[in-house]
Amino acid sequence: MHTSAKVLTFPPHAPVVETAVAITNLHISDGPTAILQGIDLTLSSGGITGLIGPNGAGKSVLLRSIAGLLTPNRGQVCVATELGAPAMVFQKPVLLRRSVKANLIHALKIAGVPRHQRAGRLAEILVMTQLTTHAEAPARRLSGGEQQRLAFGRALAADPGLLLLDEPTASLDPASTAAIEVLIKQTAARGVKVILVTHDQAQARRLCDDIAFLHHGRILEQGPAQQVLTTPQTQTAQTYLDGALLL
Amino acid sequence: MMNDFAGAFRQAFGLIVTADAELLQIIGLSLQVTLSAVAIAAMIGLPIGALLAVSRFTGRGVVIVLMNAAMGLPPVVVGLTLYMLFSQAGPLAVLSLLYTPAAMIIAQTVLVTPIIIALTRMTIASLMLEHGETLLAMRASASQRIITLLIEARPALITALLAGMGRALAEVGAVMIVGGNINHATRVMTTAIALETSRGELALALALGIILLGLSLSINAAAMLLRPKDIGLVHAH
Repeated sequence: MHTSAKVLTFPPHAPVVETAVAITNLHISDGPTAILQGIDLTLSSGGITGLIGPNGAGKSVLLRSIAGLLTPNRGQVCVATELGAPAMVFQKPVLLRRSVKANLIHALKIAGVPRHQRAGRLAEILVMTQLTTHAEAPARRLSGGEQQRLAFGRALAADPGLLLLDEPTASLDPASTAAIEVLIKQTAARGVKVILVTHDQAQARRLCDDIAFLHHGRILEQGPAQQVLTTPQTQTAQTYLDGALLL
Repeated sequence: MMNDFAGAFRQAFGLIVTADAELLQIIGLSLQVTLSAVAIAAMIGLPIGALLAVSRFTGRGVVIVLMNAAMGLPPVVVGLTLYMLFSQAGPLAVLSLLYTPAAMIIAQTVLVTPIIIALTRMTIASLMLEHGETLLAMRASASQRIITLLIEARPALITALLAGMGRALAEVGAVMIVGGNINHATRVMTTAIALETSRGELALALALGIILLGLSLSINAAAMLLRPKDIGLVHAH
């Protein structure tokens, strides 16, 4: 598996009609182990897409390849130019040993936000993530939920059109999970395309407009969330949704 | 003999308490040479160490091995090499650096830079494991990643600089060869101690030794105080 920060985008001359992400024949392997085996996936702009499936299905690898953090062995990942570079929130937030405010200012600087706009954007993100009262606190002394909200705010610093979330609530308690879910809905309501990797079917039901079900590096189901969650077309997806162990 | 030593100690403390002019001059030159060398070594070593940590290129492994090996460079060999370069028959004779504080600064820089490069590389490489993917996901450029990690590693890097300073301050072989231990010109604490001891003039040697030990203790105490404190959990899960 190769790592790279390069993100492929639609060439300027290519027609982009309501498509946020187009993945064709994506293969990614780690040495001899195939992780993604010919993924074809087209995601429309706007809304929340859920990627669900058992551990090792390739959900996080797919998300990282959309983020441009992994280079495919074969195939292509295209992100609509209009959406800009994707932003990503990881399951475990890694924050700088600085204050909450300094973490966000750092992200704003890296995102290229002009100096005179930073204070306004900072205040906006602090309000949105409900971290205004913690602005001067050391980021690493925050609770898990607050740290994840800060990571979420940091991802919003670049004002992305595409937000990738890799199990952002996996280690959080219900109250913290609810706060993150509010942020996800608010972000999607602003027109940002959200792709959410989750193990939590209830969360997928609460948040997602459409869902792709992955197993062994392949997409077995894709469609509106209600349809995939209630009337899956494959026995494997049904087994997973029934809560049985998928081996 | 015991009385001689006791007398030497009394005289040594006398020199310190009365702020003896010769003593102060030697201490001043030592600090000037060492701080200059560490500052130059930091300017060279911090970016190179960080670059070695974040970049991948052909021959990187060889460079790392050489830098690690250079941490153990014998000071007298460094001194001899610089002597040959700066001497009248050497290729850099035109610079007229031999037996000057500048030559001593260069010698100490050569000795300290590999230490700072190696410690910086190790520190930044460790932080890269932690922050690398996040910074890539934020689209930070290579220079932004390096600057971010250098700032993040500040406490550990200050410790690295203090380690370099400790080595430079205690160094005697190289500065003796390229500095010549000339009174009021290139005589520093370590070379003065060596000379005064060989002459049996223990008072000044002891006074300098006490000051050197004090500085060494202070550097170590500073390094300990500047270690990363409880700055919160990496992940609060």
